[in-house]
Amino acid sequence: MKKYLSLMLLFSAFMMQAQAPTLKAGQAAPDFKLKNVDGKEISFASYPDAKGFIVVFTCNTCPYAIGYEQRIIDLDNKYRSKGYPVIAINPNDPEASKADTFDKMQALAKEKKYPFAYLFDPGQVVTDQYGAKRTPHLFIVSKSAKGTVVEYTGAIDNDPEGTKTDKTKFAESVIDALNSNQKPAITETKEIGCTVKRKAKA
Amino acid sequence: MKVKTFKIMLFLFLAISIKAYSQQVKLLNIDQLNERVKQGQDSTYVVNFWATWCAPCIKELPHFEKLGLEHQSDKVVVLLVSVDFKSKLNSAVIPFVKRKKMQSEVFLLNESSPQDYIDRIDPSWSGSIPATLFIKKEKRKFIESELTYEQLLTEYKKL
Repeated sequence: MKKYLSLMLLFSAFMMQAQAPTLKAGQAAPDFKLKNVDGKEISFASYPDAKGFIVVFTCNTCPYAIGYEQRIIDLDNKYRSKGYPVIAINPNDPEASKADTFDKMQALAKEKKYPFAYLFDPGQVVTDQYGAKRTPHLFIVSKSAKGTVVEYTGAIDNDPEGTKTDKTKFAESVIDALNSNQKPAITETKEIGCTVKRKAKA
Repeated sequence: MKVKTFKIMLFLFLAISIKAYSQQVKLLNIDQLNERVKQGQDSTYVVNFWATWCAPCIKELPHFEKLGLEHQSDKVVVLLVSVDFKSKLNSAVIPFVKRKKMQSEVFLLNESSPQDYIDRIDPSWSGSIPATLFIKKEKRKFIESELTYEQLLTEYKKL
């Protein structure tokens, strides 16, 4: 009985903890093994030559994510050859957001010819490990002697509407710094975005 | 006769402008929001951050309208602050507010740097919407998630 009660407590604590804290620069970046839209499983080990990763939590539906879609494709095209490929993860629960099912992810990746992996996160486990709060929510990760480390969390640039001629390109600055063996000047930014869609709590 | 026509015209004009006034959306920056809250010391402020493109926000907006209407006598003030792009004021925000016949005070956030304003609302805010700030005198409570009417009422009563 006691065991049952503590399990219940643990479970309710877990439900309350749905708002996991967002990883910050300097913290370990957890590896994962998630299914890509091509059916293959992807982890950090799938990229033996990479120096790091642009892990971006994004989705099919959010207008901010759609607004940034081409810029995410451009990031991959520019930085894959420089050692930082994009790995996109959809953080939304497909029951809570019907347009974010695996099938619909496959359709979008095909239609837009995503050059990067677009992964499904069953149970939103990786989403919570990283503490991804919104779409798009970007994490730049580098490989180090101690393992994979978060270097930056936040926005891609300071222009979600895509109208500024002189954008501050946060993500690019971070990777350019890392590639010249410097510590990034900015390690965290904030931006408006769509909340991660979760099943309604009972 | 002419005077009468003029009077009718004037009445119609006023009637239309009053109607338009009740549904207008003003620009508001964080300083103005803080000032607005400071002025009404005896009230409870429920400030909801939303956008016309945000489905869960649109779903919960009626709860805020209901809270404002049903608790008018306890001096609760509901401020609905849209974070839509400023360029969408006339093309999206105002038409939305009219279509939904929204009764609460609706604003469009007049800030350009999310790096600054998100932390000024609450340092714990990641920037996802919907998000709601409750203010009662010195007490502030910030919630970064969608609320049901029951949850909203519970949070409001807890203040």
